[in-house]
Amino acid sequence: MRHLLSTADLAREDAIRILDIAEDMAAVGSREVKKLPALRGRTVVNLFFEDSTRTRISFEAAAKRLSADVINFSAKGSSVSKGESLKDTAQTLKAIGADGVVIRHGSSGAPARLAAAGWIDAPVVNAGDGMHEHPTQALLDAFTLRNHFSAVRGVATTGSDLAGMRVAIVGDILHSRVARSNLWLLRTLGAEVTLVAPPTLLPVGAAAWPCTISYDLDATLAGGIDAVMMLRVQGERQHASFFPSAREYSRRWGFDDTRLAALDAQPGRGTVILHPGPMNRGLEISSAAADSPRSTVLEQVSNGVAVRMAVLYLLLSADPQRPGAL
Amino acid sequence: METSGATAGTGPTGPTSVRTVLSEADISRVLTRIAHEIIEANKGTGDLVLLGIPTRGFPLAQRLAERIARTEPGIDPAAITGQLDITMYRDDLRHSTTRTPVPTRLPAGGIDGKVVVLVDDVLYSGRTIRAALDALSDLGRPRIVRLAVLVDRGHRELPIRADHVGKNLPTAASEKVRVRLGELDTENGAPVNDVVIVGQA
Repeated sequence: MRHLLSTADLAREDAIRILDIAEDMAAVGSREVKKLPALRGRTVVNLFFEDSTRTRISFEAAAKRLSADVINFSAKGSSVSKGESLKDTAQTLKAIGADGVVIRHGSSGAPARLAAAGWIDAPVVNAGDGMHEHPTQALLDAFTLRNHFSAVRGVATTGSDLAGMRVAIVGDILHSRVARSNLWLLRTLGAEVTLVAPPTLLPVGAAAWPCTISYDLDATLAGGIDAVMMLRVQGERQHASFFPSAREYSRRWGFDDTRLAALDAQPGRGTVILHPGPMNRGLEISSAAADSPRSTVLEQVSNGVAVRMAVLYLLLSADPQRPGAL
Repeated sequence: METSGATAGTGPTGPTSVRTVLSEADISRVLTRIAHEIIEANKGTGDLVLLGIPTRGFPLAQRLAERIARTEPGIDPAAITGQLDITMYRDDLRHSTTRTPVPTRLPAGGIDGKVVVLVDDVLYSGRTIRAALDALSDLGRPRIVRLAVLVDRGHRELPIRADHVGKNLPTAASEKVRVRLGELDTENGAPVNDVVIVGQA
């Protein structure tokens, strides 16, 4: 595999290899010199057609920690706003000499098109495409979950998977590429996934996915869950009314103070709360929950750099003619 | 690091010969001597840290640490031994398929101001050691860095020399030196320790 486009086609051993290498990469973050020379002289282009804070910064930090040169490109302020096509942009990048492309695009499948069209022969990393996938987010969530779950079970993280872990993904599943990427990867790693959402925010085909579907957050939490992943309500993609009011959504589907208290009262599974960010505090997650010791939000951000270092290293370090890579 | 599981038999260019140059007892004797040399060069065991270069440098570092600890009772061998991964610092990363890194583990005391002895199985081109020196400088600033190897087979491509050598082996570049250590290698299910030269007959 030359590109990282989705977690659906990521084999179990490849996923575990990425997580294991990410562990070594995480150690670099705590060293005196936070840099490795592995990608010296390589150029990584961050091609962002959609707004992003942490994904772009995270990829930039990851590439720089591996000593690669980084070119940041955002659609705003570029020739894309003059109507330049993806093809012409890609060919420009090729002419500049990009060795790897990290792409975020509003249209599902844009990274796959870029990888397959032959406009550019560099490895392509999907950093979020439309409502399709966001594989590095799923990998960093899995990395965070694995650290937590192996600490709970008292086993070594390296080489282990998530077999037996119970994860609930809650909220705007319909518009969420994070939910899709996470579902495929968590299943590959052996976790049991429950999707919790109002029926209007579940995609049509969700019943066929390898997961349980619930419409009741409290019942799911009471059933015993090791991790709750709260999704952002994606206002910018919601062009219709999917729930009556923000207050009703928050009361029924949000992780509020009452649910936090209920969780604290339960006998300890050590349940953690994840959120991919950016958070709508007070809507899908309350401030108390977001700042509680159960929250892994900031841990996810720092793990993101390590996981993206591992992905860039695997895709870019070897001879481009002999990509043993992922 | 330069050696890998070369096996005897019929290679693509004809039959191969296998010559044992160090037996299990030889390895043990050589390591005892190197351990004493290290203590002597260091005028004691103060500030000593042994860093093995994976894969086979690490068990060698552990064995040396045990021998050093035997001479001075107060020393915990595990507390002065570590593992230094050099994958990210190799100069041939982009000339092969992707290499999987191994964790770097430093002793709790770190390496700043310490006397670091790098330990590897075979010294060949010197490129592994160059990478190890680069890796080391990103991790801290040792007072002194020394190099101990089980076998020096010549053919250096960089100006690098070992301070402690188990055995100098004159070899042809076409030959392979294979080191097997009981911690990692087995033959017919039993741990095996030897150094052999595999060459074209």
